[in-house]
Amino acid sequence: MSVPKIELAGVTKAFSGKVVLAGVDLTVMPGESMVIIGGSGTGKSVTMKCILGLLRPDAGSIRIDGQEVSGLKGRALAAHQARFGMLFQGGALFDSLPVWRNVSFALSGPARERRAAALDNLARVGLGPEVADLKPSELSGGMQKRVALARAIAPRPEIIFFDEPTTGLDPIMADVINALIRQLVSELGITALTITHDMASVRRIADRVAMLYQGRIIWQGERNAIDSAENPFVDQFVHGRAEGPIQMQLRRL
Amino acid sequence: MTGALETFVHALIALGSVVLGLLASIGRLTRFAVTVLGRAVRPPWYPAQLLEQILVIGWFSLPVVGLTALFTGSALAQQIYIGGSRFNASSTVPAVTVIGIVRELGPVLGGLMVAGRVASAMAAELGTMRVTEQIDALTTLRTDPMRYLVVPRVLAAILVMPLLVLVSNVLGVMGGWLLATTRLGFNSAAYLNTTAQFLKADDVISSMVKAAVFGFFIALMGCFHGYNSSGGAAGVGRATTNAVVSAFILILLSNLIITVIVFGR
Repeated sequence: MSVPKIELAGVTKAFSGKVVLAGVDLTVMPGESMVIIGGSGTGKSVTMKCILGLLRPDAGSIRIDGQEVSGLKGRALAAHQARFGMLFQGGALFDSLPVWRNVSFALSGPARERRAAALDNLARVGLGPEVADLKPSELSGGMQKRVALARAIAPRPEIIFFDEPTTGLDPIMADVINALIRQLVSELGITALTITHDMASVRRIADRVAMLYQGRIIWQGERNAIDSAENPFVDQFVHGRAEGPIQMQLRRL
Repeated sequence: MTGALETFVHALIALGSVVLGLLASIGRLTRFAVTVLGRAVRPPWYPAQLLEQILVIGWFSLPVVGLTALFTGSALAQQIYIGGSRFNASSTVPAVTVIGIVRELGPVLGGLMVAGRVASAMAAELGTMRVTEQIDALTTLRTDPMRYLVVPRVLAAILVMPLLVLVSNVLGVMGGWLLATTRLGFNSAAYLNTTAQFLKADDVISSMVKAAVFGFFIALMGCFHGYNSSGGAAGVGRATTNAVVSAFILILLSNLIITVIVFGR
């Protein structure tokens, strides 16, 4: 039995008295693609930010390769964060820099090598050298997502996070991005953690699926099991029904 | 009677929460400033970012700071002339102009103009980067956003403000000289002689110290409010306003403190 890549046990987090994570337990094995599903405001982003060290959990343990990482500071925290790549929901490209400088941002070395590496990573997401010198604002939403994906994989992180990778894209472009994510994760052997509420994305990307509801993982299993989960919460979410045990929350967490 | 008591208690509670909020902000700001200075003295540094900020803050502020000083110096000379004439002291124009400009108006007006230009721009830029997750993205790209974004801005402002104020002082005195020689009938050489006679090294040094302090506050306010902004476009707008207002107040307050310490003996 190998050591899990990511292991969360009893992680809790509250913001000014409001509980967002109420004890999250989650295990992701090396090279596995885990997708966390859940409605808006169920704590998906907070979970991700806790693992990344952008937020500090109130209690519980977060282990990467068996090493406790919650509570790291300074250089140890920076070293921890350097193992991750992240595709942000809005792309989060640096709009003052051209595409190639964005893609090669985390790389070091002479400019010529960094540019070559940027072109190589752009090619991996299906973009030609002609986009390298454009500014992010000159690209369409789908192209920006691809550039952001190239930037996330460029330093070859061990673990990569995808935050709502298909939000704001048309169904065809969404499928292109999903296919790219699946392909890159398999080719590069990266451990992937995705948060989404797009079921098409789940079916395309996931090896395993976990559902987060009211700050807890209420179900997890293989991708194929989501249609026969026999869990009323999962059932309602997967089929997108308004009626069911999940009631819409008015206030965000 | 109970109604009056209740009102009083409510007023007390409101006052207390305002004071607590103020203290909390001062605490957060102090921690931010300490973090910035701590990171500034240890590598990694980003010299390219520093140079860019020196250009943005220093070079592009020159026209507005220069014009402000030129116009203010002229207006000051005119008023001193009018005021001085009442008790036959109109010859004090060069002396009072140079002291007024170098000790107070050069650094303060220069600081306020740069604050209006730069603190707002920093707050808007960093605020937008915060709400579009670009600051979080830096963290995942092996870059400390404090070192990459904040430290270069603060250092550049501290380095560049004394130079800007030097220019501002020269142009302010020149504005006075221009008006005095063309409209008030002063002899050019005599005016400049008196100016040089009354200008002391202490005045110039205090002017530079003020400028560096103002530069620190300008960049600190711009970065602090931008870096911690939240709540979308409205939040960025609030951050920008708060950055400018707080920079103005800190400039005027620290100017008063430095003036009292240096000249109040």
